[in-house]
Parts: sequence; structure tokens; C-alpha cells
Amino acid sequence: MKELTLSTLFAVFEEIFGKGLFWAMVAVAALVTVGYIYVLVRDRAVSWKKFLLAQMAMPFGAVGAVVFVQHMTHSSLSDLGGPVDVIVLAMIAIVGAIGAAILVYTVQGLFSRRAV
Amino acid sequence: MNMNRRALLGLLAAGGVASVAASGTQAAQTVNTSAKIVILGAGAAGMALANRLNTRLNGADITIIDGRPRHLYQPGFTLIAAGLKPADYSVSSNDTWLPRGVNFINAFASEIDPESKLLRIAGQEDVAYDYLIVAPGLKLDWDKIEGFSLDMVGENGIGAVYAGPEYAAKTWTAMDKFTDEGGVALFTRPATGMKCAGAPLKYTFLTDDYARRKGNRGKVEMTYAAHNNGLFGVPIVNEKVRMLFEDRGVDVHHNHVMKAIDPVKKLATFETPEGDTELPYDFTNVIPPQRAPDVILNSALPWADKWVGQGWVEVDQYTLRHNRYPEIFACGDVAGVPKGKTAASVKWQVPVVEEQLIAQIQGQESDARYNGYTSCPLITKIGRAMLVEFDYNNNLVPSFPGVIAPLEELWISWLMKEVALKATYNAMLRGRA
Ligand SMILES: Cc1cc2nc3c(=O)[nH]c(=O)nc-3n(C[C@H](O)[C@H](O)[C@H](O)COP(=O)(O)OP(=O)(O)OC[C@H]3O[C@@H](n4cnc5c(N)ncnc54)[C@H](O)[C@@H]3O)c2cc1C
Repeated sequence: MKELTLSTLFAVFEEIFGKGLFWAMVAVAALVTVGYIYVLVRDRAVSWKKFLLAQMAMPFGAVGAVVFVQHMTHSSLSDLGGPVDVIVLAMIAIVGAIGAAILVYTVQGLFSRRAV
Repeated sequence: MNMNRRALLGLLAAGGVASVAASGTQAAQTVNTSAKIVILGAGAAGMALANRLNTRLNGADITIIDGRPRHLYQPGFTLIAAGLKPADYSVSSNDTWLPRGVNFINAFASEIDPESKLLRIAGQEDVAYDYLIVAPGLKLDWDKIEGFSLDMVGENGIGAVYAGPEYAAKTWTAMDKFTDEGGVALFTRPATGMKCAGAPLKYTFLTDDYARRKGNRGKVEMTYAAHNNGLFGVPIVNEKVRMLFEDRGVDVHHNHVMKAIDPVKKLATFETPEGDTELPYDFTNVIPPQRAPDVILNSALPWADKWVGQGWVEVDQYTLRHNRYPEIFACGDVAGVPKGKTAASVKWQVPVVEEQLIAQIQGQESDARYNGYTSCPLITKIGRAMLVEFDYNNNLVPSFPGVIAPLEELWISWLMKEVALKATYNAMLRGRA
């Protein structure tokens, strides 16, 4: 790749998902993030109950993300060929886990008022 | 309640939107000009240049000529022929990519007259230019394979991945059937310059992989007929491919160039230094000799003393400017340079032609140079590829040194091919990558 700039990266992602879907996804991610920060600030504390449930969602998010990517790309675990592949796999899993945790935490926070 | 600061910080950080460091995006200056610029061919190179020049030049009269209504993403043909994508994966309409403000002539040019700076189109007015960019790709010379015609593809074990998306899909039908039944698979490549020299190898690996997945590898014999003593033009990659072929059990015949095919007897005839020989097949992927399109071959533009009969355009290999007609550039497959008949090369050539042309319009010089960059995600099975990138000097020039090893079969390289390549290609067409 000749030069990897932010605008190139956005252009590539727009082509992968389509302009509409990509920016919709960015918007959803931003909304969930804002909702999450809102819940944190509102409650001024991490709710352990919510945090526990959120943590329990993490393995599902991790596995779900990996299965999704592999399905979309016709690949399987046996295709991992080197350390960088394991790192990519781990990153996909981590993103899935954190995404699931934040989503679950935020949803609880928004819909079960202050159940600390 | 007891607040765990770490947990809070961790969650906060995780929730933050990841930021990517942007490496200096320079807003290239626009230039005023009334120059008449004609681009021949709206493929990978022509379309990308139309978009970039349209953005960079103010007042220029830009015309792009192509007789094909469809735009074809050719690197996708391999995935179509492997049953992983439908035929329409590679097809889009020119309208999707054409910038507003650029004239599009939907016809094939028949003649170029570089002395009077004119292009002829049958049944239409001549098109005059101040600057001409030739980017008509190359011609697949099917007639040079005796006994072969495109309507055979898909039947009797005959494939032709290069011929187009529909033919690639038919090739998949034939390969799917072959890997069910078994027999001899025969793979070849022409002795001419060709686009994506890795593609014949990829398809060999993919056929091997399907036979294995179906548990039928024992019933399949794999033969690869190479046109010379090697398997790939870059020595270090050549060695790696040799090792992989040994590992996969692919028999290699060197110095074999296919010239005829007998679909009834299922025999292919090869020219070799010892005279013609025949090899049997139950499945084959025909890849014909390749040369510049007629409009170039029959013009004054090709090299006289290099690639004789193939017609590649005589340009300086670093600036891509014509050696005898300085107002003409060649970009993409048609350029007469020692490397670079891939879409990835186009991505590196396009900014060079853009800078060189704009400098010339302004009466200046540009130091933009094309170094021969060529790349090919060499698929070695479904799910793995090698991200091979090299330059004129046969040096490996990895984009991600220390991260993605070029000669390793990796999943990440496969992901690039499957997910990122078409997107990057499309962004390139729009002039954005
Ligand atoms: C099976 C296969 C696999 C490939 N795999 C890869 C890969 O993995 N990675 C990679 O980087 N590259 C790959 N390539 C190569 C890549 O597709 C080409 O190198 C690239 O498309 C070249 O771009 P171009 O603009 O020179 O030509 P093209 O994209 O072919 O466009 C040429 C255009 O010129 C037009 N034209 C021709 N003659 C005339 C005329 N007389 N008048 C007007 N218009 C004309 C044509 O209609 C066409 O639209 C592959 C190619 C094939 C066939």
C-alpha cells in the first residue's frame, strides 16, 4: 500500500460496507459509546451487578466476532499460519468481547434505572 | 459501593472511539489549464486517472474512451472460479465510477496518429488531444490456441479463468466436477508478458485444495506446464513456489508452451525446445498468449526492439512517458515496462502519471517515479495466501515489514485478498487510494 492515510482508510471501509452502512455503523458505535459514558457519569460508579453481566457477555462477543469474520471470509481456525494470524484472531475476539460488554452494560444502564 | 478505579478506567478507555493516526494528508494543489487530455481505456488505470485528473485540474477538457459498458474487477475472477463469489462480484457499470465533468465516449478507438495527435473511432469524428494517456489493458489472444474457442468453456473439463466473470463461473463448474471425479489437472501459462503472473499458480493451488477438502486428492494428478525454467519471475518467490509445489505434489514440466488443444481426445499440444509434445488432461485452465490491443499494436507507439510482436508501449520505465512522443503516457497492462501487469501496480503507476503530466502542463519537472512495484496475493489454499510484493530489481518490498511476512502462507494475507483488495481497488477507481 502506497500511503495509508485516514481518508484512504475511510474510503476503503466505505467500499467494504457501502457508504450508508459504514457511516450508520459508525453512528451506532458512537451512540452506544455516548450512552455508555452517559450511564457511567449518571451513576457516578461502575455497577458491579451490571459489570458482572457485561463480563459474562464477553466470551459470547469474542466467539461471535470470530465466527462472523471466518464465515464472511470462507476461512477456519486451521488457516492460521503464523504469529500475526494469532494476533489478528485475538484482536477480532477482543473487539467482539469489549463490544458485547459495552453494549450489555449500556443496555442495562439505560433500561434498568439505577439498579446498583 | 466499592468502586474499582481500574475497572472504570478500563471500561472508559474501551468505550472511547479508536483514533487512527493520519499520516500527513497533503491536499494536492489544483492547477488551471485548458489542455485537452484524452484517456484511452476506462479500466483500472484509465478510470483512476480520470478521477484524479478531474480533481487536480481546473478547466481541463478531459475525455475518456472505452467501448465496454461494464467495468470488470479482474482480480475477482480467481475467487469466482473458486466458487467463492458469484459472477456479478466483478461487474459494475462505468457510470458508477465516471466523474462528472469528464466526457465519456462509449466506443473503441481504432487508430492512433501520434504525429497529428488524433484518435480515430470507426463511424465517429476524430478526437484530438494535447496529452494522451493510453490505458487499454491487453488483448487475450485466444486464436493462438488452436482448436480452442470460448464456447467450450465449462464443458469437458475446459476452463478459462481469464476470459471474464461468466467464463470464470463456468470454469468453477468444471473444476467442481473434476475435483469430485478425479483425473489429470493440467495448468499452463503463456510465454508472453501477462497480467497477474501469479494467477495461474493460484488456480493450481485452489484446485489442489478442493481435491483435498473433498477427500479426492488421491484420485487427482496435478501437472503444471511452465513456459520457461522457472515458476515465477522473481527468484526468491520462484524458490518458494517450487517448494510449495513439491509439498502439494504438483508435477512440473518446464519449457512447455501450450499451442493447441484437442477437446475430444483431451490432449494439449505444447511447444518445447525438443519439438512439440502432448500432455493429457481431464481439467485445464487455458491462458492464451497476451499482447497489446490492436489499436496500439498497429500504431507507432510500441517498442521496436523489445517484446517484438507483443506491442507494449515504449515508455520510460520510471516516468511512464513515451520515449518518442513526450505528450503520451502509458499506464497499466499496456505499458512496456519489465514488471507491473497487476492492478496493484496500477495503483502505484497512477500517481506517477498524474504528477508527471501535471508538471509537464505547468512547464515543470516532477521527481515522481514508478519503481516497478507489483504485488500479488498468491493464494495457496482457501484461507491462506502469501502477500508477495516486489519491484524492478526483484527485491521484495513488503508493505508491512516485520508484520506480514511475504513468503509465509498466512491467513491475514488471505483476508487482504478477500476483504480489502476490492475495496481498495474501488477506492483507487474513485481516485481516493
Ligand atoms: C484472472 C485474473 C486475476 C488477476 N488477479 C490480480 C490480483 O490478484 N491482483 C492484482 O493486482 N491484479 C490482478 N489482475 C490484473 C489486473 O486486473 C490488471 O492488471 C488491471 O486490470 C490492469 O488495468 P488496466 O487499466 O491496464 O486494464 P483493464 O482494467 O483491463 O482496462 C482496460 C480497458 O481498456 C478498454 N479498451 C481496450 N481497447 C480499447 C480501445 N481500442 N478503445 C477504447 N477502449 C479500449 C477495455 O474495454 C477496458 O475497459 C488479475 C487479472 C486477471 C485476468
